[in-house]
Parts: sequence; C-alpha cells; structure tokens
Amino acid sequence: MRRLTLILALLAAPLSAETVNGLRTVEEFDGMEGEDRSVALFEEVLKVVEHPRCLNCHPKGDSPLQGDAMEVHQPPVVRGAADFGAPGMNCTTCHGAENVAFVTGDGSIPGHEPWQLAPESMAWVGLSGAEICAQLKDPERNGDRDLAEIHEHMAEDGLVGWGWHPGEGREPVPGTQEVFGELVKAWIDTGAACPAG
Amino acid sequence: MTLLTVNGEEVSLDLPEDTPLLWALRDELRLTGTKFGCGIAQCGACTVMVDGMPRRSCVTPVGTLEGASVETIEKVEGPEAKAVQDAWTRIDVPQCGWCQSGQVMSATALLRMNPAPSDEDIDNAMAGNICRCATYVRIRAAIHDAAETLEG
Repeated sequence: MRRLTLILALLAAPLSAETVNGLRTVEEFDGMEGEDRSVALFEEVLKVVEHPRCLNCHPKGDSPLQGDAMEVHQPPVVRGAADFGAPGMNCTTCHGAENVAFVTGDGSIPGHEPWQLAPESMAWVGLSGAEICAQLKDPERNGDRDLAEIHEHMAEDGLVGWGWHPGEGREPVPGTQEVFGELVKAWIDTGAACPAG
Repeated sequence: MTLLTVNGEEVSLDLPEDTPLLWALRDELRLTGTKFGCGIAQCGACTVMVDGMPRRSCVTPVGTLEGASVETIEKVEGPEAKAVQDAWTRIDVPQCGWCQSGQVMSATALLRMNPAPSDEDIDNAMAGNICRCATYVRIRAAIHDAAETLEG
C-alpha cells in the first residue's frame, strides 16, 4: 500500500518538480518557507553561477580563465578598457558569433555575439556564496541593475545562455536557462536572502 | 555559396559553410601568404583582417563571412601597413619567417587602433602571435620604429 501511495504521489507531481540536468526546480523547494527557502533557492542558483562556464568570464583581475580546470586563458589576453581585450587583440580576434568546432582535431573554440568579460566589479572567482549574493544585489557592483533586471539578465541574456550550449569539449552548466531563470525569480520573490557568512 | 570581398575583389566561395577561411584563402584563392600554424587559434600565424579587425582565419568558417571584407598579407594597405613592413625590412625582423605574416597583420591592426603603443600595449596586442624563432625583441622594436615613422 505504501508503495502504491508513493507511485501515485510521483505520478501526481508535475513534471517540472523533477531535477533537470542536475539543477533542482523551484517546485522542489515547496516544502520550505521563509528565509530558509530563499537561501536554499540561492544555493541552487550558485550551482550555475559557480560553474566554470560562468566563473571563467567573471574572473578576479585582468585575465579570463578557461576550461573545466579554470586555467589562465591561452593565449594570454588582458581585460582591456572595455572588458573586450587589448587593442589589436580583442576577444573577436579569435571568438566569433558562435562556437566553432576545430577542423584539425577534437574540441571547439567558444563563441557568441557579444563575447566579452564581465566587468571587474562583477568578479566571482574567489568569492563565497554570501559574497556573490551581496554583490548581485549591489547596484554599485552589478551594473546598476535592480533585482528585476538581475532576473532578466540571468533568464534571458544570450551570453549567459551560452553556458548551456558551450560547444564540444566543455561541460554545460546544470539545468536549463529556463529553470535557472525560475530559480532566480523565486529567490527574488522570497526576499532575495543571502547565505550566512 | 558565400559572397565576400578579398583584398578589394569580390569573390564567391562554393565551399561547405564550415570550411575555415584559411583553407579558402590558401587552397581556393591561392593566397598562400597567410600561414597555417596550429589550427586552433593559439599561434596567430593565420591572422587576417575581417572588416578591419584582426581575425584568426583558421577558426573563421566561410559561412560566417557573407558580405565581409577580408584583407590578407598580400594586399594589406594603408600607412600603418606600409610603416610596419618598412620597419620589418629595416630591422630585419624575420628569422625563419613562418609566423611573420600574422605578426605583420597583428602589428598593423595595433597601430591602426593605437598609433603610439607602449611596450605593454605591444605585448598585449602581440601575445597571441607566437614566434618559434623568438624574434619578439625585434618585433617590439620594429613596431616602435613603425610608430615613429607614422608620427612623422
């Protein structure tokens, strides 16, 4: 009987309650309330934010990182005044509007239009979850965005979305951009609480 | 079919869209001044200009170039290109020469954007152009020399 109840409960649950590619959906947090729920939602958001696909272009300092091991970008490149590389060696010297598979072997060079670094104020590498949370909410450091605009960036920006379609040789971030956007929205709607410390 | 301009002339390339521009330049258009080095945008030997900006042709599919304007080492023109090539000759920069088409294109791009670069500006712009003969000191000197020529 207990097994039958469990099966019926699973069948009755909406499909979106299931974890998608390693990212839990908003519905999976329905059993939680208040600040605990908001913090838990943000910690799920961090599964994406702290993935190398995102951190590599939110670096601390002047150089992007690359690869799942987050090594310093090769060839060596610098951020430049516009977060777009140095004059004569801009990001677009190598990165095009889309991922390009190498024709000489395995792998690909990533691409998207635009392709550039996040500003230095938005560096995530080396920050704790709590510090990233505070930074995301701080207009002085987040590009003067309010929380609705933060949601829009996370849920709809094409370069953010590249993280789920990074090309051959790179692991995508967990989930989908749709699920990620829903998590960000639910975090905001529950008060955008940050983890402790 | 991709229609584009190469060195001022209209060309149509009837190639699979994922064919690298470098292949098209060398094998179809017989513009062999642009070199293959690594094929993965790590060495800079294949640098050309696309719509006035430096671009690694080994990772540039021809299908992305509809309507684009490509300049190669064979015909790159303008005061910066001339100053760079004159300085390269004057200082005798190349050793084996394999990477030098790419070096000249990147140096020209730098001077078009920054006519008076510092050592740091040069190092940042040229960091993606590898030279197996290690002519880096002469490359830097030649770019300074070209900048002085442009100045006056």
